[in-house]
Amino acid sequence: MIAIVACAIAAFAAQTPQMPATLGIGRPAMPAEISAWDIDVRPDGVGLPPGRGAVTEGETIYAARCASCHGKTGKEGPNDRLVGREPGDAFPFGRDPQRPKTIGSYWPYATTVFDYIRRAMPPNAPGSLQSGEIYGLVAYLLFLNDLIPADAVMDATSLPKVVMPARDRFVPDPRGGPKSVNPRSRP
Amino acid sequence: MQSPAPAPAASDPSKAPGRPARTLGQRAAFEKPQRITRGATGSQTPHQDLYGTITPADLHFERHHAGVPEIDPRSYSLLIHGMVERPMMFTLADLKRFPSVSRVCFLECSGNFNRAAPPETTPQQLAGMTSQSEWTGVMLSTLFREVGARPQATWFLAEGHDAALLARSIPVEKAFDDAMIAYAQNGEAIRPEQGYPARLLLPGWEGNSNVKWIRRIELSDRPFMTREETSKYTDPLANDTARIFSFVMDARSLITYPAYPVTLTRGWVEINGIAWSGYGKIQRVDVSTDAGRSWASAKLQEPVLPKAHTRFRHLWKWDGGEAIVLSRAVDETGYVQPPRAELLKTRGPGAANYHLNPVTGWLVRSDGAVVYNQEAWG
Repeated sequence: MIAIVACAIAAFAAQTPQMPATLGIGRPAMPAEISAWDIDVRPDGVGLPPGRGAVTEGETIYAARCASCHGKTGKEGPNDRLVGREPGDAFPFGRDPQRPKTIGSYWPYATTVFDYIRRAMPPNAPGSLQSGEIYGLVAYLLFLNDLIPADAVMDATSLPKVVMPARDRFVPDPRGGPKSVNPRSRP
Repeated sequence: MQSPAPAPAASDPSKAPGRPARTLGQRAAFEKPQRITRGATGSQTPHQDLYGTITPADLHFERHHAGVPEIDPRSYSLLIHGMVERPMMFTLADLKRFPSVSRVCFLECSGNFNRAAPPETTPQQLAGMTSQSEWTGVMLSTLFREVGARPQATWFLAEGHDAALLARSIPVEKAFDDAMIAYAQNGEAIRPEQGYPARLLLPGWEGNSNVKWIRRIELSDRPFMTREETSKYTDPLANDTARIFSFVMDARSLITYPAYPVTLTRGWVEINGIAWSGYGKIQRVDVSTDAGRSWASAKLQEPVLPKAHTRFRHLWKWDGGEAIVLSRAVDETGYVQPPRAELLKTRGPGAANYHLNPVTGWLVRSDGAVVYNQEAWG
């Protein structure tokens, strides 16, 4: 009898509840809540909103909202230089730290320009530009980088089709990964 | 580790009662460790003033892309959606109801190196963009099970609620490895600069991917290619390509004493510092006091934790001659912290200021003055 009780106590003491599949904490997200926050844009165009903007429209907005930080033609600063191509669309950045990483020389995807402006620009009023204004700005910046013609219009169909000079310059990190931790000889 | 100046010969604390208890402690009046700010967007940890491995939260480095937001925890929510069975919203109270975990790990900005550092460089100025805390929160895998992450989801977007809505794409594999949503740091709520009220924590991975003030996670079958992960935090190489998604912070070590602006006196010196690796535990730290001609194994302070600052110490008798003291970390994968020349060969002289972890050290002049052992980058 004593042994049985002791066993029962030991079994009780060793019990650890199994983690259930779900814990029932949190609540379902409403579609309107999701769409209010879901602003990302992927290189395949998923996430681009309706609307359109022409190069000439973007020029006006750029002068009013962007030129004071990025320069009259996107090259003058004082903040990030946005405009310029490398001769022959070369990619010398690992050899020459002075080369400016512009949209035309370094950015691999045109959609990222839309995504970033929508997130963060201009810094004194992020989130204040309408979709059409952002399309116009993106069109103007791509035009300044000689990537689209002066009469181009950017929208959810045309923007993902713009191929950037640096698109194929990016390579996976060979140093290892979360599950492939190996001794490495190269830095 | 500078000693406080001797007090003027005055009060004997045993001759008068001390001050009464108070509701919030503060540092001794003699101790004034400070971060150094780097413009408006960052500040550095004063490694030369710290001991052990935990960084006091108010000295943890900062790096942000549009300032530190002020977020009311009562209105905070985390949205998880995309390739999931059940898109869900979690309040801060919800996050705290989940089973919690604590772990100690370092955080490091991928740009934690100054190629142009002059001799008058302190450990804080050389590598002040790494700090260490004990973090508490919920495993991201727990939340991914709660929402029913679909097996096709291979990446997720992590997005902050700052004025840049900073966003990074992260492999789902990391979520099921050791990623957390952390809401506490060193035993209390996370500081605003570190992501209050909740942040993504990716142990061992570059600081900016540990998205602070996190408000949204979207699961996907491909990366989103945000501005930060394409045009900014990529690493150009000498062969006209650039590494993308170079998340892991490699093994590195930093001697925090002796270092500029210390002046040594002849005799026994305990060289000490911190070593860390985003790949796991520090296995060994080698110290050289003859500019790398010979190396000795330093003592490691136990416990040695994975992906964590590890304190090392090495006793050395300085005889008054000019000396260069160096440290070299080796992690449990066998990786050896590379000399500058080896790093340069792969990265090229134009390498971005990211993921630079060369062996560094300090020059002890014969008069005892210690300065950064400056080496031209390329």
